[in-house]
Formats: sequence, structure tokens, C-alpha cells
Amino acid sequence: MTTVTNQSKAHSGLGTEQLLSMYRQMVTIRLFEEQVNELYTRALMPGLAHLYIGEEAVAVGICAALHRDDYITSTHRGHGHCLAKGAAPDRMFAELLGKEAGYCRGKGGSMHIADPTSGNLGANAIVGGSMGIAAGAAFSAKNLGTKRVAVCFFGEGALGQGLLYEVMNLARLWDLPVIYVCENNLYNEYTHFSETTAGDILARPAAFGIPAESVDGQDVRAVYATARRLVDAARSGKGPAFLLCNTYRYRGHHVGDVNREYYRPKQEEQRWMTERDPIKLFGDWLIGQNLANKAQFDEILLQVKSEIEAAVEFGIKAAYPGTDQVEENIYA
Amino acid sequence: MPEVTVREMTLGEAVREALAEEMRRDPRVCILGEDVAEAGTPFKVLSGLVQEFGKTRVIDTPISEAGFTGIAVGAAMTGLRPVVDIMFGDFITLTMDQMVNQAAKVHYMSGGAWKVPMVMRATLGAGRRSGAQHSQSLHAWFSHIPGLKVVLPSTPYDAKGLMKTAIRDDNPVIFFEDKMMFTFKGPVPTEEYTIPFGVADIKREGDDITIVATSSMVQVALGAASLLEGIGISAEVIDPRTTWPLDEKTLIESAKKTSRAIVVDEGYERYGVTAEIASVIATGAFYDLDAPVKRIGAMHVPIPFSSPLEDATIPSEHTVFEAARAMCKRS
Repeated sequence: MTTVTNQSKAHSGLGTEQLLSMYRQMVTIRLFEEQVNELYTRALMPGLAHLYIGEEAVAVGICAALHRDDYITSTHRGHGHCLAKGAAPDRMFAELLGKEAGYCRGKGGSMHIADPTSGNLGANAIVGGSMGIAAGAAFSAKNLGTKRVAVCFFGEGALGQGLLYEVMNLARLWDLPVIYVCENNLYNEYTHFSETTAGDILARPAAFGIPAESVDGQDVRAVYATARRLVDAARSGKGPAFLLCNTYRYRGHHVGDVNREYYRPKQEEQRWMTERDPIKLFGDWLIGQNLANKAQFDEILLQVKSEIEAAVEFGIKAAYPGTDQVEENIYA
Repeated sequence: MPEVTVREMTLGEAVREALAEEMRRDPRVCILGEDVAEAGTPFKVLSGLVQEFGKTRVIDTPISEAGFTGIAVGAAMTGLRPVVDIMFGDFITLTMDQMVNQAAKVHYMSGGAWKVPMVMRATLGAGRRSGAQHSQSLHAWFSHIPGLKVVLPSTPYDAKGLMKTAIRDDNPVIFFEDKMMFTFKGPVPTEEYTIPFGVADIKREGDDITIVATSSMVQVALGAASLLEGIGISAEVIDPRTTWPLDEKTLIESAKKTSRAIVVDEGYERYGVTAEIASVIATGAFYDLDAPVKRIGAMHVPIPFSSPLEDATIPSEHTVFEAARAMCKRS
């Protein structure tokens, strides 16, 4: 059976500690996002928030294959990428609430978390806006011989942006170590991707001679195993790759998108949540392999809960930047 | 005192010399653009650079302005200092998201965590019979955006010193060269020098009227000033050299001294550089002005191909002279 092959492949190279750490990261992202939703509904969080719930296995599986100093670019739905790459929940919440202790001193907000210490070049609120930046980071890595790799996360909605095809052409011509990770959560905002996407997605990178694969984005081990292979190839000089991760956005396009039945049925959401939940699938597998037990998961949940609660409190209590800072950081 | 040697060189040669010197000084500096390597661009400004620095630093790109500009933004954030070449300034439209939403905002949005030390070289200026999509002067667009700096050299000396400053700046800088001025000659010292941004240069001193001019319009203004001298009007010609940062103080002081000001720029008048500078002068020198500040820019039309039509759209010595004469109430 193919699943068995995949499991043994994914298992190899990852110790129990790493597997549990990935599980914990997925739980962290889930609880982080639930808190974002909570803060937003309680009117404590201003602005926009696009939740990553349901897609956790993608960010965690990909980032587990990266070094801390490898680069990522993220999207408006980026909290999961930032956390998986190593951002701390407390400074994330501080940023989401516009506080000076946040990653961007409150100037970026939910859609613009950036953190040089974890290689995060920044989340981007222009759909497809960071595709060149990721290729540029890979260009630096190649020219400076740093052996770093850049991962560009983007949703399937960004497949409509021309920049992707310009930079895939360049990345192939110059063999840049960049991985284009397309998270297909099925919806471009409020529109099913089948209404916006002509032809076969993987044929697009293939046309540039870029190795292109798809993977079950709800299976963190499969995401990791594939990412690991593509990242290693990029790091060894083989150039770019494209990875299509098939996943699902449990919540609306943003937290305010509550009544969704005009564009997708409730049953579809239920089916993904009960049958294809990435945390449950991974947890069941870990138990099935005798690598973890229910008690450990309960403890992880408790620890993460308290970490997230403390992070939220940190964010709420943190000070706003003084208005004297409004003109700081326009120029370096 | 070391002897200062001065040579005559063209504006294009001055830009090339600045790039070459900076590339020798700093291995992180590289050039990306269409036909920049062996071709040295259609204007031949970059001729010879690929021979000295090789194809890993002078890099021919596909015709993908957004793509290679985006790559430059990311490369600048991660350790290189790229100079991107936009063959015709009209093509900056294709790079606008990368420059305006990305390059200009990365430093601010990240709370100062990331920097984007890159230069975009682009051209401006009509008069080359190139039609509406190869002749525009769109520098006002970038001047409008916080996070960007905009440079408009008017002489070979300024071009060299300002280009070196642009490359050493830790911010995205757009450097507009008038394509009709690449063969314009002027003195350039052999010794190392840079010119700071935000410092206007008084190209000619005068007492009766201030003419603020940018890029190729500086020569137009100087020509008008000579004509004005013939009828007894002493014009001061000032080149801000950078539209942002803008040396407001020098412009205001000159207008206070002369009590009259004309602003000449090859961009469109409406919502343009002339509007901003006129506003700075009108506000800063209000009580010393004898007349409203006059603006002279390109006519508000797409640049036409036909010679007499195209020439009619560009400010000329004669239009500046007539405007100054009218303001000074001389017949």
C-alpha cells in the first residue's frame, strides 16, 4: 500500500522527539489561531485576520525541512508559516495587537510579520507579492554561496498572478534554490479555485522545466518527506522546485467571513474537519506507531494552552508604540 | 594639496564610471536588466562592465521587469546591493508593485528589521521621436511614495556623485537619467567624491527670479537665464537634484531673495513635481513673493510621435524665458 511506503519514508530521518515537536507546533498554530478568532470576536483585535486553521501540516511539514537561517516568504494567511519557522507566539500576538513589543514594533500587523532571526522575509498582503522576493533571497544565497534555500508560500489564488511565471522562468534559468509552495485550500477568497484556474496546475511549473509535485497537505509526514527531498536538491545546486499541497481552510477567508454557505456547503467543511484533520491524522499515526500516547497529547495540549494564554496576556498588556515612532523606520 | 585632475566626459560615461568604481569597491554590487551585459544597454551606458566584472555581476535578464525587480528586492534584503536597469522609464509601470508595495514598505512594515539597499536606474525625457510609451517622465510617481528616494542628475558631475551615493544608500533609490543627455559633456574630477541626497545645487546665481529646474530642464533653464540676461533680468537657476529628499530650505531661501519663482520639470504639470515644489515655495516664501509661483511641465497629453507635436509638449528655453519676462513685467 502506498500509505505504508509513505509512512516509512516520512518516518525515516525523524526521531520521536522531532515528530512530537512537529505535533506540538501544529497544536500551537491551531490554538494560536483560535485565540486570534477569540480576540477578534471580542473586539480586542483590530483590522483583518486570515486564519490558518486546517492547513497546519503544510507550514509545519515544510519548515521542518528547513534550517533556521533558510528563508521563507509568507502570505496574508501567514501566522502558521511564521510560527512554524520559529516566531514566538507572544511577540506575534503583540504584533497582531499593534504593540511595540511585536515583531514589527506594531507597524506591520497580522499580514506583515517579519523576523530576520528566523529567516522570515515577511508576510505579504499583496497576493503573490513575495514571489520575486523569495527568488531574490535564493539569488543572494546562490551568489554569496551560503547554501541557504528560500521557500515561497502562496495560496492557489496567487496562481493568477503573472509575477509567478516571470520568476519561475528566472529561477529555472539561473538555477535558484527556491521552492514554490502552493497551498491549495480550494478557495480564492470566496470563489472555488476551479472557477479561476485553467488547466493543470502542475503543468505550469513543468512548462519551465521546474520539478513539480503534489502532496496531501493534511499529512504532515508526507509534506515533510517531499519538502525534505526538494529542499535538499535545491541546497545541492539543483535549482527550483514547485510543491502543490492540497489542503483546506476550515474557517472563512477572514474571521468576519462567517456565513459561507453561498460558496461552500457546511457538509464539506464537516467532512474535512472530521475525516481530514491534520492534527488528528498525525496524532492517530503517532499512537498507532507506539511513538506517543493519549496522555502525552493531553499534556502537550495543556502546555500549549498555557503558553498561548500567556502569549495573549503578553500581547494585551504590552504597550502601544509612542506616536513619536510613526515617522521612524521609513528610511534605513 | 593633491592635484585635482578634471576630465570632460559624457553623462553616460559618468554613470558608467560610478558603477564601475562602486563595483570595484563593493563585491555585493551587481547589475540586473535587459541587455545590460554584452550589449551594454541600447544607450551603451554599461559598455565594458561585463568584461571587467563578469556575467555573475552584470546579468542579462529576460524581458521581465516585475520579475527581475522583485528578485532585486529580495536580493537586497539578503546581502546584495543590486542595481536594476529599466531601459525606458515608461516600463516602471511593470515594476510598480515591487517598488511601491514591496521595496518602499519592507523597512517600515518590518519595524526596521529588514532593509532594501537597491538602485533602480530608469530613463526619462521626450524628444527622441519614440512615441507615447518610450518618452514619459514618471518620476513624480515614485517621489510620492514614502520609503523611496528619487534622484534626477542634470550634469555628468552630479550623475557620478549621486550614483555613488545611491549605491551606498541602504534604501531603495530610483535614479532617473534623461535619455537625451547621455552624450551631454561636462567636467568630472578623477578623485573620489560623492554628492549627498537632499542638497540642491545653485547652477547659476541671480537676483531677480528663481528658476527651479530638474534633469534636462536645468539646461533649458540655463539657456533661458542667458536670454533673460540679455534683457537685464538676472535669473538664479537651482537644481534640487533629488525630488526626495527635497532641499526645501535652499529653494525657499532663493525665492525669498529673488521674490519670484518658476518651477520647470519634464513630468506632467498636474499633480506633478512642479506642483509640489511650487507649494513648498509658496508656503515657505509667501510673504516675500511678488507673484504666484509659475509652473512649467510637460503638456498634459500622451507624448505624440510627430516631431512638431512632440516638441510642443516639452518645456523650452523660449517658454521659460517668456514666462520669466512676464513675471518680471519686462517687455
